[in-house]
Order: sequence, then structure tokens, then C-alpha cells
Amino acid sequence: MKLFALATVAFSIMVAGASADPIADRKENMKERGALMRILAPVAQGQQPFDAATVLDALEKLSANAEAATDIDALWPAGTESGDTKSSPRIWEDRAGYQAASDKFAADTAAAVEAAPQDIDAYRAVFGPVAANCGTCHEGYRL
Amino acid sequence: MSIIRKLLLTGAGIAIAGGAALWFLSAPQTLDGAALAALGPGDAGRGEQVFWASGCASCHAAPGATGDDRLSLAGGVRLETPFGTFVAPNISQHPRDGIGGWSAQNLANAMMRGVSPDGSHYYPAFPYTSYVRMEPSDIADLHAFMTTLPQVEGAAAGHELAFPFNMRRGLGLWKRLYLDGAPAVALDNPSDQIARGQYLVEGPGHCGECHTPRNAIGGTDTAQWLAGAAAAEGTGNVPNITTGEGGIGDWSEADIVALLESGFTPDFDSVGGAMASVVRNMAELPQSDREAVAAYLKAIPGHPNGY
Ligand code: HEC
Ligand code: HEC
Ligand code: HEC
Repeated sequence: MKLFALATVAFSIMVAGASADPIADRKENMKERGALMRILAPVAQGQQPFDAATVLDALEKLSANAEAATDIDALWPAGTESGDTKSSPRIWEDRAGYQAASDKFAADTAAAVEAAPQDIDAYRAVFGPVAANCGTCHEGYRL
Repeated sequence: MSIIRKLLLTGAGIAIAGGAALWFLSAPQTLDGAALAALGPGDAGRGEQVFWASGCASCHAAPGATGDDRLSLAGGVRLETPFGTFVAPNISQHPRDGIGGWSAQNLANAMMRGVSPDGSHYYPAFPYTSYVRMEPSDIADLHAFMTTLPQVEGAAAGHELAFPFNMRRGLGLWKRLYLDGAPAVALDNPSDQIARGQYLVEGPGHCGECHTPRNAIGGTDTAQWLAGAAAAEGTGNVPNITTGEGGIGDWSEADIVALLESGFTPDFDSVGGAMASVVRNMAELPQSDREAVAAYLKAIPGHPNGY
């Protein structure tokens, strides 16, 4: 009995080690996107002046953030469909589609970093496709 | 004759008389001559703006469609509701599978009265309870624009509804209660901009169909206009977009305009679900229309969350 209890504790520590709380982790990942968009979007909308270094720095962070979320098995593992989450059940029903949407966002952001835009027009050209990913994915995979 | 029998017979008599009255009351009503005369000739250029303002593509184009695919109105979008699943029909210009042969009058009767060319009722999943507030001339313009759109072959699947919701005739009674075309909120002396916003939101934009709570038989509760509601399809809530508690009181008009144009909220979350498609429509309108919607949302009474 004691052994069983210990085993249970050990097992839950192992699971916890894999990821403390995937729902909290993925929300944190998304919140960081919001924070980076707060820097990037007003520049594209002409409300803040364009500065190549500031923009590139934010794009690099967004690219790292997007890359991290392509590991959908870590952030959206089976068993985290319900709870305090707005993730749609479709993420688990259409795994390939969700992986493709995550990969596309990472690819578009990486392309924006690669382009290293030097003026506002070049920036708008790469930023538009990046930003479009947010709404498209939320339309299909968020409640 | 026993008293019981008498009672039963009178009861049956009342039921038959009542049934006849119900049958009469549930008869489809079409537009009158004055409304039809107000249709006018129709201008396809203006009609394109009406098309985006009224969001036809959200239901009648393929789900998630972008770009030119939004003009391909083959239907097929499934709306899952507590009453069953509605499937949006093909409204492309295809003469057999779509509405290729329709006149502007046919379209106006469908959009403003919920009545088909053969005189049956449409389900209010087609949001005619909002479109009834539209100007007939806007519908004529929309009709002119729609005739420029492609023909797409293939009829959409039928609805999946259980009894009694599969009986269209009963909708006549429902329409008597909820199809009145009165403004959803009374505004004192609205400016031209706010009046334009009221038209866009309450009429073509049909924002209230999702953002206003409904009663048990699916009528919108105008006393809680735009206060947010349990989502009719799927799960979750549609947010409160009034200035009341839980709503968007802390958003500026510019924040609302930015959302309608780009989909980003003030904290740079990006709206999803059914709203993503609404944003794609609103983004096609002139900036002045988005500003009018924002001004109206700020002018109407605030309510706490309606869900
Ligand atoms: C590949 C899909 C996908 C893409 C691309 C995506 N998101 Fe998300 N986002 C989600 C999902 C799923 C959730 C719901 C997470 C949950 O609650 O479990 C979410 C939630 C959010 C949230 C709410 C977080 C919270 O709980 O507070 C924000 C903010 C957000 N996303 C911002 C963005 C922004 C900004 C972008 C674009 C730069 C973006 N997202 C791109 C899938 C995506
Ligand atoms: C919220 C989803 C939704 C929106 C938005 C919507 N419709 Fe529909 N529409 C439907 C549904 C569902 C039906 C089927 C109604 C029925 O069978 O009773 C329908 C039916 C129709 C019909 C009847 C087709 C036929 O074959 O009899 C026409 C015409 C039509 N819609 C045109 C439009 C136009 C034009 C717009 C934009 C101004 C529009 N709809 C917007 C959902 C929608
Ligand atoms: C088909 C249903 C539907 C229609 C029609 C609709 N909305 Fe929405 N709306 C939603 C949903 C669902 C959300 C929540 C999206 C999310 O959080 O990702 C939303 C979100 C919003 C928000 C953001 C609120 C917040 O607190 O984040 C605003 C503002 C808004 N809608 C305004 C409008 C206006 C104005 C119209 C009419 C032009 C409209 N909506 C029509 C479903 C709809």
C-alpha cells in the first residue's frame, strides 16, 4: 500500500517533469505573442515610427516563440482538452491540420526575420502574412 | 350524451377552430407593393458594399474561405444549434442549384420576410430578423451585385432537424413574435454617424444575432441588446459588446475600429471563432462605416453580461 502511494507520487512527479502544466504553458506562449504584437502592429499601422532594429528584435522573439509552439505534443498533449482552456476540440480531432497551422506560422515568422526589413514598405509586406496567421488559427482552433 | 363527451367534443371544436386560426396566423407574409416599389433598379457597385456589410459570405461561402473564394457562394456551412443542424444552401448564380433565376423581389422577400419564392417560411438561422431592418434599395443593389458572381454547381446538403423543428409552417407564429423590423434600441436624436452605425449593426451587420441573449424559443431579448450570450452554435460565450460590466467600456472608439479592420483587440489578442469571418467582411467597408459602428456601440445603453 505504502509502496503504491509512493509509486503514484513518483509517477506524478515524472509526468509533472515532462511539463508542469501544458495549459498554462500554452497560454503563456500565446500571451507573449500578444505582447510582441503590441510592438509590431502599431508600427505596421503607422502609429509608431519604423525602426529596423526594434522591429527585427521583436520579429526574432516572435519567431522563437512560434518555433516553440510547433511542438504541439508538448503544449497540446492528450488529456488537456478540457479545463481552463479555450483550445478547441478540433486541435485533437484534426491533429495534422493543427500541426500544419503551427508550422505555417513558424515558417512565415522565420521568413520575416530572414527578410530583415529595412523600411516600412518592406516591413508591411512581411508583417501582413505573419499577422494573418493569428486570426486564421483562432478561427478554426480556438473557442 | 355524457358531460365528459360534451366536454371532449367542445374541446375538439375549440382545437379545430384554434388550429384554423393558427394555420391562418402562420401563413407566410410577403412584402407589400410600396416596399417592392422602393427596391429601385439596383447598382452592382454599391451592392458590393452591401454584400460585405451583411456578411452573406460568412455562411454561404466555404468555411474559412479567404480572398475570391468568398464570392463562391456554394453553401455547405453547418450551423449547429439546439434546434438541430442547419446547412446554408447554395446561393450562387447557378440556375438549378443556386438562385440564378431570382428577381430582386424574390431576394427582398427572402431577406426581409423570410419567405421563399414558392411561399414557404425560411428558418431564422438565415438572419432575416436583422435584414428586415434594411433599406429595400440596398437589397436591390445587393441583388445587382450578386448577379455578377460565379455560378457554382452542386446543391448543399439538407438541414438535420428533429420534429417539431422540421415543420416550416410553425415558423409563421414565431415570425409574428420576432419579425417586426423595429429598431432594437431607441436613440434620442442620433447624429448621422450614429444613425449609420445603428443601421449597419442592427440591420445588415446582424451583430445582435450572436451578441444578444435569446429566450427559450430563440427570440433575441432586446432588453439586453448586445450584452453577450451563450453561443448558439458550439460551446462558450459570445462577448458583451456594450459599455456595461464585463463589456468593452474601456475600449476607445479607435480600439473598436482597429478590431473591425484587423481582428486585434486592445491587448493584441486576435479574435477567432465566428468573429474572424465578420472581421474579414468589415475590413472590406470604408473606414467611415467602421467608425460609425464604433460610435453606435459607444452610444447604446450598457448592460452587464447577458450570459
Ligand atoms: C496555430 C494556431 C495559433 C496561431 C497561429 C496563433 N494562436 Fe493564439 N491561440 C491559439 C489557441 C489554440 C489558443 C487557446 C489556448 C488555450 O486557452 O488553451 C490561443 C490563445 C491566444 C491568446 C489568449 C491567451 C490567454 O489565455 O490569455 C492570445 C492573446 C493569443 N492567442 C494571441 C495570438 C497572436 C497575437 C497570434 C499571432 C501573432 C496568435 N495567437 C497565433 C492558437 C493559435
Ligand atoms: C448566419 C448565417 C447566414 C447568413 C449570414 C446569411 N445566410 Fe442566407 N441562409 C442561411 C441559412 C441557414 C439558410 C437556409 C434557410 C432555410 O432553409 O429555411 C439560408 C437561406 C438563404 C436563401 C434561400 C435560398 C434558397 O434556395 O431558397 C437565400 C437567397 C439567402 N440565404 C441569401 C443570403 C444573403 C443574400 C445573405 C447576405 C445578405 C445571407 N443569405 C446571409 C444562413 C445565412
Ligand atoms: C456569427 C456570430 C457573430 C456575429 C454576426 C458578430 N460577432 Fe462579434 N464576436 C463573435 C464571437 C464568437 C466573438 C469572440 C471571438 C473571440 O474571442 O475569439 C466576438 C467578438 C467581438 C468583439 C470583441 C469583444 C471582446 O471583448 O473581445 C467585438 C468588439 C465584436 N465582436 C463586435 C461585433 C460587431 C460590431 C458585429 C457586427 C458587425 C459582430 N461582432 C458580429 C461572434 C459574432
